[in-house]
Amino acid sequence: MAQTIAVIDYGMGNLRSVAKAVEHVAAAGDRVLVTDDPGQILSADRVVFPGQGAARDCMTAISEHHLNQAILDAAASKPFLGICMGLQVLMASSEENSGTGLLKLLPGQVRHFERNMEDNGPRLQIPHMGWNKVHHIGDHPLWRDIQQDSRFYFVHSYFVVPQDQNIIAATTDYGVDFTSAVAKDNLFAVQFHPEKSARDGLTLLRNFVQWKV
Amino acid sequence: MLAKRIIPCLDVDNGRVVKGVKFVDIRDAGDPVEVARRYDREGADEITFLDITASSDNRETIVHVVEQVASEVFIPLTVGGGIRTVDEVRRMLNAGADKVGINTAAVFNPEFVKEATDRFGSQCIVVAIDAKRVSGDGELPRWEVFTHGGRKSAGLDAIEWAKKMADYGAGEILLTSMDRDGTTIGFDLELTRAISRAVPIPVIASGGVGNLDHLVAGVKEGEADAVLAASIFHFAQYSVGEAKQYMAERGVEVRL
Repeated sequence: MAQTIAVIDYGMGNLRSVAKAVEHVAAAGDRVLVTDDPGQILSADRVVFPGQGAARDCMTAISEHHLNQAILDAAASKPFLGICMGLQVLMASSEENSGTGLLKLLPGQVRHFERNMEDNGPRLQIPHMGWNKVHHIGDHPLWRDIQQDSRFYFVHSYFVVPQDQNIIAATTDYGVDFTSAVAKDNLFAVQFHPEKSARDGLTLLRNFVQWKV
Repeated sequence: MLAKRIIPCLDVDNGRVVKGVKFVDIRDAGDPVEVARRYDREGADEITFLDITASSDNRETIVHVVEQVASEVFIPLTVGGGIRTVDEVRRMLNAGADKVGINTAAVFNPEFVKEATDRFGSQCIVVAIDAKRVSGDGELPRWEVFTHGGRKSAGLDAIEWAKKMADYGAGEILLTSMDRDGTTIGFDLELTRAISRAVPIPVIASGGVGNLDHLVAGVKEGEADAVLAASIFHFAQYSVGEAKQYMAERGVEVRL
């Protein structure tokens, strides 16, 4: 059955790569819709929620596009994939911009990497940018055909600290072992960029478009 | 821990890859999309396009190249060459580039780097530095920033310049030794190490790679975070996969 996959566009960052990557793995006949229309988001079969930029700017843009409720409803009702800021804004609050309230779907915080973290000597650079290992915690349909500790592409300075340890789907080591993916019912959200993570990234996106919740 | 990155670089002139690519298994070796796809398959961590189009009439061509590549190749893409305005940076990012390289324009107008990083974030601005050794034998090593393909000195000390660009928000430094560029005798390791130690941001070593040991040395002795090479990959002398395997066997952390 052909399906519609909505990519939520609230003006934060370039969604072209995300949309192209989803199109690349979607079945023939599937529709990939880049949209800021709450109606289209709610009627889609699956929703991808990307995002780049500062937390406060993201929250402002979500409000201005009247998307708060549509995002929460979609995240509660259908296969939903958050990417990068699309993971972070699901939390309760962020340290960014001296404290920013977020969507509060998942209890927990968004924290900044410590400056001058040490890891065997050399100073760790911020943003955390590049290919790092993603360590799966438990099985999940979205990890299918992806080897344990495969590397994905990251670009971020903040990371999520969920209150509920049970939703942690993966961790990554960068001076600190931080949560790089969360999973809860129909929701899956990642800190890295599957749309920039070569074959393994595409595998994860393919698993998402085929995911039967 | 982050992997050290291997970045093949393509020189693009009027939308075509130049410097003679000799792959047997691709139909059109001048087509940037085909070449990029090939590097992606081999495991490249990132691809850099250097637009060397001379005529400003044809500058639009690189935008289409980036659009096409970004629709099919899902790894980070960097585009450089002649980018001078915030609008041009935006056009490249909208076309699908993840990072934009700024070289000459930074030398003539350092504020441009500040403006671009404020607008788009440090992570997408790479400052390219062409450095040439100006110290004589027996003197303390010193390098200056050069423009115009290494012909004109900008009168700037390369280390001080790199520090300044990092302060201005650059996310990375793409460091090319003009003494080594086009040779196959390896990176200027002393230069690479000096810049890597001077700045808190990643340094990509470039210029002079002739074999796989040079790549290893760039990381181990040059302390670079990434190594960029063109000809050893273009002439299919080595594949990106072979390069990574070789580096891994010598203790460099790479994405295999």
